[in-house]
Amino acid sequence: MTAITAARSPSHWWQSRVMRRFMSHKLALFGLVMISLLTLACVVGPWLLPYDMLFIDLRARFAPPFTGNHYLGTDPLGRDIAARLLMAGRVSLLVGFIAMALAILVGTLVGVIAGYRGGWINAVLMRTVDGFLSFPSIFLLLALSAALKPSPMMITVIIALTGWMEVARIVEAEVRSLKEREFILAGRMLGLGRAHIMFRELLPNVMGPIIVAATLTVARAILLEAYVSFLGFGIQPPLPSWGNMLNGAQQYLAGAPWLAIIPGAAITVAVASFNFIGDGLRDALDVRSDTV
Amino acid sequence: MTAFLLKRVLQSLVLLVIVSIIGFAVLNLIPGGPMAQYALDPGMTQDDMDRLAEQLGLNRPIWVQYFDWAWRMLQGDWGTSFRDGNPVTTVIGRHVFATFLLMGSSTVIAVAIGTWIGIRGATHRYSIFDYAATIGAMVALSIPTFWFGLIGIYVFSLKLGWLPAGSMYTIGDGSVLNYLHHLIMPSTVLALVHIAIWSRFMRASTLDAISQEFVKTARAKGLSERRVIMKHVVGNALLPMITLAGVQLPSILTGALVTETVFTWPGMGRLFLDSLGYSDYPVVMGLLMFSAILTILGNLIADIVVALVDPRIRLA
Repeated sequence: MTAITAARSPSHWWQSRVMRRFMSHKLALFGLVMISLLTLACVVGPWLLPYDMLFIDLRARFAPPFTGNHYLGTDPLGRDIAARLLMAGRVSLLVGFIAMALAILVGTLVGVIAGYRGGWINAVLMRTVDGFLSFPSIFLLLALSAALKPSPMMITVIIALTGWMEVARIVEAEVRSLKEREFILAGRMLGLGRAHIMFRELLPNVMGPIIVAATLTVARAILLEAYVSFLGFGIQPPLPSWGNMLNGAQQYLAGAPWLAIIPGAAITVAVASFNFIGDGLRDALDVRSDTV
Repeated sequence: MTAFLLKRVLQSLVLLVIVSIIGFAVLNLIPGGPMAQYALDPGMTQDDMDRLAEQLGLNRPIWVQYFDWAWRMLQGDWGTSFRDGNPVTTVIGRHVFATFLLMGSSTVIAVAIGTWIGIRGATHRYSIFDYAATIGAMVALSIPTFWFGLIGIYVFSLKLGWLPAGSMYTIGDGSVLNYLHHLIMPSTVLALVHIAIWSRFMRASTLDAISQEFVKTARAKGLSERRVIMKHVVGNALLPMITLAGVQLPSILTGALVTETVFTWPGMGRLFLDSLGYSDYPVVMGLLMFSAILTILGNLIADIVVALVDPRIRLA
């Protein structure tokens, strides 16, 4: 009875705390379902479709969606867009995940060490973070991918290289506030080693913010991959990615708008899903929100 | 104030040194390093290359090279473009106006709309509007800028024919109205992400200001809610936004690069991509450093403005 009155106390039903929680979780749930479906489609889909991503159907060039068995139409070479979209999804999602893993690894390492050690180590590491943050990420990304030969792995590493700073900042702030707490002082008094305190005592306590940051970093990495590949300096054809499928789309915009609309929609759905999940996790894990 | 100013300028200088080290590292990652231009010439023998390295001082220890490079940067000698032989500073200078015009107008749009959404979201917290704005912002942050631009071109240029699909003005027509006509779509496209960011931060900042004691006082004086919000809350809520404007500079530049590509806008972003295409590394390096310096300067100016407006900061 008390629970019901508590939930009813605000004047509208959508204003209740229960509703708020449900709302944010519903969105996160929606994101989770979307990204699961998308991943499943990318993993299984290519085997179920009638066309291979490199098969050239010369009689069906520029076919709009739902022409025969080309469910999403064909590109200027007559290749099936559905097949390419799903294969591209494998590439884009994989690049996003691996770049996230690398960025989180580096960011966490830097954040924990800078936060716990303090002093000049903190100064050097955190000013390096500031330095990297001063560059527009795409400028750094493009300069590096033009300088180093853009293999998919190299692109992933470069994306990670421009994405580890936010995590480092979050972890550093958390660790700095945690390290004066009793359980850490107790650990030091017990004579635990530095590494043990940093990675066995402090790290588990900052996992919440790291998980949230990881989700948002996947979203960011997928977007960045799309940007560089769209501009022609990322994943190189014939290997498709959502970004490079859009690369030539602008010149055919008038006659074949689906070339641009379809891959862009896939990117938006994937990135939005991760952003929704990240937002839900932030609520669920009760992480202080410093970012958007 | 002097102490604050001094400290802040010093911090910026340290950051500048770090940024230059990162920039120098990128420069040396480029295949062939600073000699890339000469390595392309088939007439160059290994002997010639060695002699040239000697002449250019590339056989010196790396840190001597760094100081030499940084010193020349400081003096305004940013090298010459491989493409047309002009000094890099001149080449960049020619493209600064277009980018600043685009960034400026999209910032005006983003601040105006974002501020309104943020305040309304905070004063009507947990309303349908607030939820719609929250979800809308998250979706807006997920849309690739270039894709939004392509959709815009398809709808407003190709289908409706209302707006031009690209470039900054019609050749032979340099009127202000013509510029504005070309500016509408790219600046709106670039603004989308920043409306989202700005509205989220403005909402949080307004909620922060509303919970302060002076708002209670203002309400207790019997001021109307509208006056309380407009006179007492908004001003205080906007203060932290000045800092945000500085922090957002790199992301606006990133957006500008992509937007300029889609709309063939003759700014620094297009220059950057063209230079990459021609392997014109001095210009690429120049733009990389210029954008970082711009960011550091932007943050510095934002902090000084905040300190001028808010005595709590400069006296702390």
